Amino acid sequence: MAIETLFIANRGEIAVRIIRAAQSLGIKTVQAYSEADAEMLAVKLADEAVCVGPAPAAKSYLNIPAVVAAAKDAGADAVHPGYGFLAENADFARAVEDAGMIFVGPKAETIERMGDKVAARIAAKEADVPTVPGSDGRISADEALRVADEIGYPVMIKAAAGGGGRGIRIAQDAAELSRLAPQARAEAEAAFGDGGLYLEKVIVNPRHIEVQILGDGTGAAVHCYERECSLQRRRQKVWEEAPAFGLPDATREAMCNAAVALAEAVNYRGAGTIEYLYDAAADEFYFIEMNTRIQVEHPVTEMITGLDLVAMMLLIAGGETLPVTQDQITCTGHAIEVRLNAEDPLMQFLPFPGKVASLSIPEGNGLRFDHFLYEGYQIPPFYDSLLGKMIVHAPTREAAIDLMAETLKDLEIGGLKTTTPLHLALAADPGVRAGDFHTQWLEPWLDAGNLTATDAA
Amino acid sequence: MTDIVSPLPGTFYHKPDPNSAPFKSAGDAVTVGDTIGLIEVMKTFIEVKAEAAGTFSDYVAADATPVSAGDVLAKMG
Repeated sequence: MAIETLFIANRGEIAVRIIRAAQSLGIKTVQAYSEADAEMLAVKLADEAVCVGPAPAAKSYLNIPAVVAAAKDAGADAVHPGYGFLAENADFARAVEDAGMIFVGPKAETIERMGDKVAARIAAKEADVPTVPGSDGRISADEALRVADEIGYPVMIKAAAGGGGRGIRIAQDAAELSRLAPQARAEAEAAFGDGGLYLEKVIVNPRHIEVQILGDGTGAAVHCYERECSLQRRRQKVWEEAPAFGLPDATREAMCNAAVALAEAVNYRGAGTIEYLYDAAADEFYFIEMNTRIQVEHPVTEMITGLDLVAMMLLIAGGETLPVTQDQITCTGHAIEVRLNAEDPLMQFLPFPGKVASLSIPEGNGLRFDHFLYEGYQIPPFYDSLLGKMIVHAPTREAAIDLMAETLKDLEIGGLKTTTPLHLALAADPGVRAGDFHTQWLEPWLDAGNLTATDAA
Repeated sequence: MTDIVSPLPGTFYHKPDPNSAPFKSAGDAVTVGDTIGLIEVMKTFIEVKAEAAGTFSDYVAADATPVSAGDVLAKMG
C-alpha cells in the first residue's frame, strides 16, 4: 500500500527535509507543531498542519497519545518520526501501528532489541559482526572484575539502558573498578530505572565510522557506504564526512558487509545505521550500536551515492521491496557536512537563539543547505540548537574542505550567533586537513585555544 | 525595588531540580552572584545570578514557564 498522506512527527530541518521527499513522491503532508512552532518553515510548506500541544517537548512532540491522535484525526496513513523525539521509541511505533497507520521505520520489536545495548551486542555477535571485547551481557560487580582481568584495563562500565554518555565510568585498574561499579549502577538506576551494567574494553583514540543501510523488512538489505564522524564535542558530532578517509579497501568492505549481515539478521526495515569504533593503529573495527532511524548526517551519504534516503524510507514503508540493488549503489567523490548550531563558539558554546535578520545562502555545484530558516523567523529557545547543515560535495577530500571554507564564508545568517567560526577554523586546521584526528581530538583542541576571536574574524 | 531580568529567552525555573526548594524565598538576603533561578535554553541550563545585593521579595515569572530576554524574573527590596 503506497502512502497517500504522511504525518510528520518532528520539527526543524528534518521536518522540512521529510516534506520535500514526500512531495517528490506526490505524498500529501500533515505537519505536527507545538504552540512555540506555529511559525516554523515546515508548517508553511506542508499541505496541512496540526498543533499537538504546548511548547515543552514533553507536552507536544513527546506526547505519544497526542501525536497519534493528531495523525489519526488528520487522516494520515503513515507517520515519519524524523530523528530525536520519538524516532527510536518502540511504544510510539507500536501505538502508530495499533492505530492502523504505518510507522516509517523498523518494527517496534526491532527498535526495542537494537535500543537495548546488551541485546544489540548479542545480535551483532550472532551475525558475526566484531564487537568491543567485553562482558556477555549484564554482569555483577564480581563478574566485572573477572572479565576486566581477561580483556585488560582500562575498561568502561556502561549502563545497559543508557544513552547520551550517562551512566559511563572508566576504570584504570581493579581498585578503581570496585569503587566505580556501584556508582554506575546507582546512576543507571536513577536515570533509566534499570541498574543493569556491562563492561567494555576502552579503545584508545578511536575513530567513529558508521555504515548506512537500507532494509526491506523481509531479510534483504544493502549498504550505502560509510561515514566518518570522529569530530565530536561532548559526544555530539559536529562535522561528518563520506566516505571515511584512509580506510584500507578490505576494511571498508568488511565494515559494510558486516552492517548488511546485521541488518539482514534482524529483518531490518527502513533506513538504519551501524556504528563502529575504528582503531586505526590496529586496523580493527568494533560494533558499538545501531541507530534505527534516519540520522542528522544522512546527506553526506546522499551526496556520494546520489540516493534520496528519505524517499527510500517512504517507498519501503509503503510496502515496496528495496528500491535499489547493491550493484546500483556507487560512491563518487567526497562529501562533508557541518552542523550549524545557534551557539556562540567563542563563549563556551552558549546557546544564542534570536531572530533571523537576514539570510543569504550560497548556491552552486556540490552545495546543499538543509535548514528551516527564513528572514524574520524567531528561533524558539525550547528545542535543540541545530539551525541547519551545510553540505558540500567535490571530487576529492581536499577540494571538499576548500569548498566548505569558501561556502561558509559566503553564508550569511544575520541576527544569530552560529558555530560557523568553529567550522572555518577546523577547515583551516592542518590536523583536519591531514585527516589526523579521532573522537577524543576536538575537545583538547578547543581547550588548547585553537579557536579564538582573532581567527574567526 | 530592583528587578532581576532574564538574560536569555527560555524556560525559567525557581528550583535546581523538581524535588528541591526554590533558590530564594521572600525575605532571604541576596548577595551579588547568588543564583536565583535557572533558564533552560536549547537544552542547556544557565544560572541566573543576582547583580546587586538586597532582600529577595518574590518571583515574578512563575516556575517552569517560558520567558523572553529582558522579562522580569524576580524582585528585590
